[in-house]
Amino acid sequence: MFDVIVIGGGVIGGAVLRELTKYKISVCMLEKENDVCMGQSKANSGIVHAGFDAAEGSLKAKFNVAGNKMMPAYAEELGVKYVNNGSLVVAFSQEDLKTLQVLKARGETNGVTDMEIISKEELRALEPHISENALGALHAKTGGIVCPYGLTIAAIGNAMDNGAKLYTDFEVVDMQKQDGVFTLTAKDGRTEQAKLVINCAGLGSGKIAALAGDSDIVVKGRRGEYILLDRESGDFVSHTLFFTPTQKGKGILVTQTADNNILLGPTSEEVETGNTDTTADGLAFVIQKVNAMVNNPPLYNTITSFTGVRAYSTRHDFILEESKHVAGLLHCAGIESPGLTSAPAIAKYVVEELVSKHIDLQKNENFQGKRKAEYFFKQLSVEEQNALIRKDPSYGRIVCRCEQITEGEIVRAIRENPPAKNIDAVKRRTRAGMGRCQGGFCQPFVAELIAKQQGIPFEQVTKNGKGSEIVVGVSK
Amino acid sequence: MKTSLTCIECPIGCQIEVEVENGKPVSITGYSCPRGKAYAESEVICPRRVVTSTVKATDGTLVPVKTERPVKKSDIFAVMQKINKATVTLPVKIGDIVVENISEDIHLIATGNA
Amino acid sequence: MKNAYDIVIIGGGPAGLAAAIAAYDAGVKDILILEREDRLGGILNQCIHNGFGLTRFKESLSGPEYAARFIDEVEKRAIEVLTQTTVLSLTKDKTVTAINTEYGVFTVQAKAVVLAMGCRERSRGALNVAGSRPAGVYSAGTAQKYVNIKGYLPGKSVVILGSGDIGLIMARRMTLEGAKVHAVCEIMPYSSGLKRNIAQCLDDFDIPLYLNHTITKIEGDKRVTGVVVSKVDENRKPIKGTEMHFDCDTVLFSVGLIPENELTKSAGIDLSPRTRGAVVYQNRETLVDGVFACGNVLQVHDLVDFVSEESELAGVSAAKYVLGEREEKDVIDVVNGKNVSYVIPQKLDKKASGNVKLFFRATGTFRNCVITAKCGDTVLLQRKKQIVVPGEMETLLLAQAKIAAAQGNIEITLEEQA
Repeated sequence: MFDVIVIGGGVIGGAVLRELTKYKISVCMLEKENDVCMGQSKANSGIVHAGFDAAEGSLKAKFNVAGNKMMPAYAEELGVKYVNNGSLVVAFSQEDLKTLQVLKARGETNGVTDMEIISKEELRALEPHISENALGALHAKTGGIVCPYGLTIAAIGNAMDNGAKLYTDFEVVDMQKQDGVFTLTAKDGRTEQAKLVINCAGLGSGKIAALAGDSDIVVKGRRGEYILLDRESGDFVSHTLFFTPTQKGKGILVTQTADNNILLGPTSEEVETGNTDTTADGLAFVIQKVNAMVNNPPLYNTITSFTGVRAYSTRHDFILEESKHVAGLLHCAGIESPGLTSAPAIAKYVVEELVSKHIDLQKNENFQGKRKAEYFFKQLSVEEQNALIRKDPSYGRIVCRCEQITEGEIVRAIRENPPAKNIDAVKRRTRAGMGRCQGGFCQPFVAELIAKQQGIPFEQVTKNGKGSEIVVGVSK
Repeated sequence: MKTSLTCIECPIGCQIEVEVENGKPVSITGYSCPRGKAYAESEVICPRRVVTSTVKATDGTLVPVKTERPVKKSDIFAVMQKINKATVTLPVKIGDIVVENISEDIHLIATGNA
Repeated sequence: MKNAYDIVIIGGGPAGLAAAIAAYDAGVKDILILEREDRLGGILNQCIHNGFGLTRFKESLSGPEYAARFIDEVEKRAIEVLTQTTVLSLTKDKTVTAINTEYGVFTVQAKAVVLAMGCRERSRGALNVAGSRPAGVYSAGTAQKYVNIKGYLPGKSVVILGSGDIGLIMARRMTLEGAKVHAVCEIMPYSSGLKRNIAQCLDDFDIPLYLNHTITKIEGDKRVTGVVVSKVDENRKPIKGTEMHFDCDTVLFSVGLIPENELTKSAGIDLSPRTRGAVVYQNRETLVDGVFACGNVLQVHDLVDFVSEESELAGVSAAKYVLGEREEKDVIDVVNGKNVSYVIPQKLDKKASGNVKLFFRATGTFRNCVITAKCGDTVLLQRKKQIVVPGEMETLLLAQAKIAAAQGNIEITLEEQA
């Protein structure tokens, strides 16, 4: 039995799980997919929002601003690249210009610092490719970018290094509470027990609440399609460019990513399911909007497109509270944008303010928050790289040529917490296959490494879990 | 009867017209080299193809192979079946016979050193 | 291994091999070839089909056989080779940084560098094909590697997008290895593959080729379960109502090759936006002194025979450079005229000796056309051609005397006759 079970291996679940391991309690994470970070945490804009967007007094505003301040240190500890590139909300009409004033005032109320409304000329100096139709912008200098899946996986890995357990393919289908103990049952019959349950199930958090008999949580999905451009065009813009928000929402953005790609999107479409197909119309819409924002976007350098489904609550604010019906069931639900930014602040709040009401939290003196230097091969000096290669020659073999990822890094991703079990999981941890050839060259090598490390036949290696085997048989 | 062919002998891919009477070519036009003419003659009487594939080696790797001469087109899948059952003992050099007389008197030979 | 060489060649495929042999024979023996794979030969190792070498050797060789002829020559000359070594970066002063398991991250100083990194395939992602992202979507070359090198079948029921040669070759390979290939779709009104490959890879096996068609949706959650194929209009936009559905477990993309010029860029060498390869003089020297480029990293060739020919030119030029045969250049540009998408070389040194073979591609299909090289109003050369297609590289031999006499840039045009 555990003290606390966290349901859902996304950026919120990961941050909460890691925060829990700072205390002398036993914790585990239940994830319904074959790997962590399989929902909206792997397919979003990766923006560390400044905090001018959320309504005054909302939880979104509170945790956004707090999370924004925590993010640089949080990302650094976890070895995830964070860049303070600054955000620009671009105005294209007189009305937009007025909205910028509103946004700035709201930001100030929310506690956002370093905002400035800049002229057309100043905007062009910051972003030479900006459209001639742009009239000015709100420059929020505390805006940033971070790798969302890197952040999620590193937090969970670090939590596991500090004693947390992870159970994947554990889709919770039943939840019972008896004598102060929750019993959670998976689809395949496995059970886990705990005194407290934290619901971080993203799009599934309404369903999880309902299993416990709590119908207060209503969560819906909003699809967003994205286009990703090659790092070759990575300097096309340096800031995150937003359209001025309207009634319809924030609209699409044009941004550099923390890994120096260019990301375009997302569309916004209410959906019932988590279907992540891309559509011709959706991608065409993104392109149309991008062309309105910037001149001659280098779309010829497109390397992939994808869809994420963001979960939002019908309350249109974060839900961070104990269930009103089931004591000991804590909800982190409806965490849409700025959820990524808010994650470290949410985790701290949930543990220090909500969990602490049930469990006497004693500091875990052995907690090691920092990940090992080996995680940053490309960032090491040549001397450090060579020391590592002498110790383990597999760091001297490049497997993914586009992103220059070594065999050593891939093997480590397969072996270490949380272990990568398939091609996509390796990709999210190492970036092998994420570059311009999209795995065309490295996939056979990565598959061989997975087969060897796991001691399974090559034919059983999958792209993303059972049913997605990459070959269907031998040719001889 | 007139047949139109794309020559496969070289990258030019000449369009060759063949007039056939009683199963025999009586006029061939459109070729630009002797190989093309020979190809057209053969193609209307009994089309033939070189088959290329791989054969499993004793160490589990694959050795590239081809039929040393074109085999009957109708025989291609029979040849493939024999190729799929064959194994080759290493080391092997380019030109070594991997399967004797895989079709008629035509051998299957290695096209890679391993 | 030493830390300095006269010539460092990046890439041990057909281009690098031919350049090394030619440079050696031109008098420079101190050569290092850096190859990232575990053996020489490059992509030819997985191209087990025949048809290579007809121009050069007057016989039809398989890829490995063609490569072996050059590897033998490299071995005969005892040219130094480092395999399983990836070059990480290159500088303008010709310092090459590479990595392998034996030496770690190391640098080599070269007097001359030959870029011979080849090309890569455009992926599904580059096309923004709508639908899901399941297993079973491969570029044709990746599928070729699984089948021919690894011995695995990536799928049993296949639709191929793109009728370039690799797509056509894989249609036959997959069929021979027991898969069913339902269709090859081509968005253009013509195939960019060789005619003989349409005959022997598709027609022989009754595989339909759908011209003016593209894949508009990929279906399947974990594994591909089908695709939607639509007809396209003259602007290559899918036409609503023309959708066809194919059940399949695999989609192969053969939608173009892109020169792999990351190192070239890292050295700050100018690239042509048309070829996505370096801008070169007729001796295949880039705009950085002593750095040469050849083969598919410079321009995507139709035939390996032409890669070898171009690379020998680059190898000899690199050797001459090392041996000190350099002079101040007198440079003119070669301009892409009407209906010409690119010309290699982009620059001509009027003082250089020898006639120059210009390679170029047309922007579309043209019949009964005239190819003209002119300088201002002066026609230097004119040649008639029955048909010119973008899929086949054209050549034009320009006499040295005409280049030397040119009073300005030379423009290459292609015009249909009335």
